[in-house]
Amino acid sequence: MLDETDRRILRHLQADPTLTTAELADLCDTSSATCARRIARMESSGVIEGQEAVIDWAVLGYAVEVSLRFTLDKTQPRAFDEFIAAARDVPEVVEIQTFLGRVDVRLSVIARDMGHYQRLYRDRILTLPHIADIEALMHIARIKEDTGLPL
Amino acid sequence: MIDLDDTDRALLRALTQDATQSAGALGRDLGLSQPATWRRIRRLQNAGVIRGRKLRLNAEALGFGVTVFLGVKLARKGRISLEDFERAVSAIPEVQTVEHVLGLYDFRLRVVARDLADFERVLRRRLMTLPGAGDMESNVLLSEERRPGPI
Repeated sequence: MLDETDRRILRHLQADPTLTTAELADLCDTSSATCARRIARMESSGVIEGQEAVIDWAVLGYAVEVSLRFTLDKTQPRAFDEFIAAARDVPEVVEIQTFLGRVDVRLSVIARDMGHYQRLYRDRILTLPHIADIEALMHIARIKEDTGLPL
Repeated sequence: MIDLDDTDRALLRALTQDATQSAGALGRDLGLSQPATWRRIRRLQNAGVIRGRKLRLNAEALGFGVTVFLGVKLARKGRISLEDFERAVSAIPEVQTVEHVLGLYDFRLRVVARDLADFERVLRRRLMTLPGAGDMESNVLLSEERRPGPI
């Protein structure tokens, strides 16, 4: 079980993963050794899974981001598996999520511009298997960045 | 715009998997010296290709068993209500991301909760009472997969 010190460490680390144990210790009002020990324990128990670099696709020239929501043809028993396997082969798909609700699967797709998106949509998306319906949400702005969990 | 070669792409792929790897270890994998690797990472950071680092936490182990994506339509549109809505929704701790989108909905929210009962509480007390909020659609996240993207 996690105690308040663990949670405090996670809160600060979530806000800035580059903090050193010494800086964390200062912020959490504890010792550097305690911080290091707590982090090692949370890593080995799987609470902390790791750290990843976040790529800004706009800087690499991908100006368009679209959220595509799919309803699949559920009369096909392998619809989910085959759809997802095919979606993995499209490099511009950066996220695949499955849902319980009106939407079955959602893909985040990035493209260089609208022309590129249109080609992708026609050649790589509409050709994915077992699609019953598609809805598109065009991304305009990120109002709140991923702030992590409310610990 | 920044030009990437194959080594930069390999570095980006490695760092999106594990951002804590040292320049020395990354260099060994890619056949580069430690200083050369470090210079490339610095260049990617300075150009903004690497936007930052994200701590990957096991939400379930921390007691957050449910993630819901919420499509929200505004009831009345106008500059004032848009800003009021954005400010109010961003202040809710359980709301992890807020995206302004174009399409069937005006906003797309990612909401975490301890369980469905907890989500219902957040939905009723915090989300349905937001200024200007109209139609909403909830989809419960079942699985999520981030892809490397076109690098």
